[in-house]
Amino acid sequence: MSDRNERITLTIDGVEISGESGMTLIEAADAAGIYIPRLCHHPDLPPTGHCRVCTVTVNGGNGAACTRPVADGMVVENDTERLNTLRRNLIEMTFVEGNHYCPECEVSGDCELQAVAYRLGMTAPHYPALNPEREIDGSHPDVFIDRNRCILCGRCVRASALIDGKSIFGYKYRGIHKAVAVVVTDRLGETEIEATDKAVSVCPTQCLRVKRRGFRTPLGSRRFDREPIGIPERE
Amino acid sequence: MSDTVEKRGRKIVINPVTRVEGHGKVTIHLDEDGHIAETRFHIVEFRGFERFIQGRFYWEAPVAVQRLCGICPVSHHLCASKAMDGIAGVDTVPPTAEKIRRLAHYGQTLQSHALHFFHLASPDLLFGFDAPVAKRNIISIIHEKPEIAKKAVLIRKYGQEVIKAALGKKIHGTGAVPGGVNKHMTGEEIAVLREEAGRILDWTVDGLELCKSVVMADKERLLDFGTFDTISLSIVGDGGKLELYDGRLRATTPDGEKLFDDVPASQYDEYLREGVRPWSYLKFPFIKSLGKEKGWYRVGPLARLNNCDYIDTPIAESQRQELMALGGGRPIQATLAYHWARMIEAVHSAEKIVEMLDDPDLLDGDLVSAGERRPESKAIIEAPRGTLIHHYWVDDDDRITGGNLIVSTTHNNEAMNRAVRRVAEQYLEGRQITEGLLNHIEVGIRAFDPCLSCGTHALGKMPLHVDLYDAGGTLISTRKTEEL
Repeated sequence: MSDRNERITLTIDGVEISGESGMTLIEAADAAGIYIPRLCHHPDLPPTGHCRVCTVTVNGGNGAACTRPVADGMVVENDTERLNTLRRNLIEMTFVEGNHYCPECEVSGDCELQAVAYRLGMTAPHYPALNPEREIDGSHPDVFIDRNRCILCGRCVRASALIDGKSIFGYKYRGIHKAVAVVVTDRLGETEIEATDKAVSVCPTQCLRVKRRGFRTPLGSRRFDREPIGIPERE
Repeated sequence: MSDTVEKRGRKIVINPVTRVEGHGKVTIHLDEDGHIAETRFHIVEFRGFERFIQGRFYWEAPVAVQRLCGICPVSHHLCASKAMDGIAGVDTVPPTAEKIRRLAHYGQTLQSHALHFFHLASPDLLFGFDAPVAKRNIISIIHEKPEIAKKAVLIRKYGQEVIKAALGKKIHGTGAVPGGVNKHMTGEEIAVLREEAGRILDWTVDGLELCKSVVMADKERLLDFGTFDTISLSIVGDGGKLELYDGRLRATTPDGEKLFDDVPASQYDEYLREGVRPWSYLKFPFIKSLGKEKGWYRVGPLARLNNCDYIDTPIAESQRQELMALGGGRPIQATLAYHWARMIEAVHSAEKIVEMLDDPDLLDGDLVSAGERRPESKAIIEAPRGTLIHHYWVDDDDRITGGNLIVSTTHNNEAMNRAVRRVAEQYLEGRQITEGLLNHIEVGIRAFDPCLSCGTHALGKMPLHVDLYDAGGTLISTRKTEEL
């Protein structure tokens, strides 16, 4: 990537914005106050392009906005019916691939997957539910993993390795059975993870979460009760 | 079954039973002389929540298990929360938490009792048990008695507004958490509720008077309708006070003797057992010391009023005394007195709501207590339909390994079967079977306000089937009522 010092301009849905070379498209859009839906991307972590929900059309071709560097004169389509339909289908597939029961979920109202689904107008998945058997790990006194909610975004893997310096998480199995692994020990209780670790705070569906906090936030005060997802969070 | 159907005997099937919550059916076997040979009230659906929650974290249970039901989810939510208080090592939640939970429970009892009396039962009571089926429903009440219908809807709405203010949502709120609650109430919420409270109490008293007047107008017949002697089971509070949220188990015989008393939730399983029969998904609980045959009992509003020594609100207490006077010193056994008792409890709930809305603890104070984790916990609450027991086991990873829920309708299983039998003997024996006569059976069941699935709701929409079989099980004829 080039240095972030060269000013460039591009258009997103016909709106001209400026950015710096070296930025990704999603960074430039966030800086300009334009929301591109995303799940695996997190501003504090390097992008990986796992989920493809941020897919945009650049100069006629599709690509992930979280990994795509900006370039001068780019013409980007983002908030279009065609792209939002594709995204909605991706979200629906994500829902049926795991076990996401919002009505009784302790993360409901505080879940990025649910919030993006609402934002994109998903009412219910059109695909048949796979109802997979997923592992739950409650062996740690303060932190648990409920893989029923895991969407394999990899945020915990990146945060644990790059910010916490612990590299607690990786992947195991293949294909549709792929899952987040607790490397080496296989049990969270035998790792050095702490409730204050970055890895614990970045999960979009909070399948990695601090224990005993379920339903402590009243209805109406949860993160996405107050404002819908899509307003870029700025430090 | 074949051994109960003699040659030229008949089998009558009422399927589904309407204007109850959930799905069930009744079979009545008649012998060749037209006498009642056997009756059964079958619960034909299966829920399985005890299995769903296995492996889940304990703090999830209060929100998950309330999905059993859309009518009284608050009871499951609060009973599971009380059980999980125990798992979290909390014996006493902060006063604010207990009061908010209690207020929610009174709102719940008020709205559920209003729903049952006005929407489900009143068509029978106001239009007659054998009124045309097209008339026996809430729509006819709206058309012909709009003032009653309006009060019915608004009393129920008010109860749900109380629940929303206390727990966050009218149905399936999340306010109670292990060890307490997750929020205070606001001054604005209290002010809105207070404005309506007096009128709602007046209307609820009107409903009780209506119920009483219907029963007393045909006292001899109605108090004998489906009536049989049984034990009453419920929790009672300190000094034998009527208690809906927390108390100790008491069982009273038909003669008014206390079979047991002062039994804490933690010992319920030393006194109660559950039996199973192959033709129903509903278990048959019984009092251990008396065994399966003699140990059955009833729960719910009538059992609670039979068991308690007093009610701590003035209108409900004077009404209780009036009802109990009918028994001449013995517990009331009349099946239709359930409606009367239910409306006394609705009045009690409305009185309690009026009283509690002035309590400053609702607005301020600690929300949650903490303690040392325990592996097992049991809790009892009085749901609108009767005693509700939740029992959980939780492992060292905070995950639920087992649960047992004994819901009100389960406790009443044998009693409902007895009511069916009694009504069949009183009204069907040796007579030409008509739709109106078969509704008498349903009236007997409805008095218990059963929640058959504790989840799904059949509000008089479905057709009634009556199938007649010969001795070999061959269908002789079928009658099917018009859809309403």
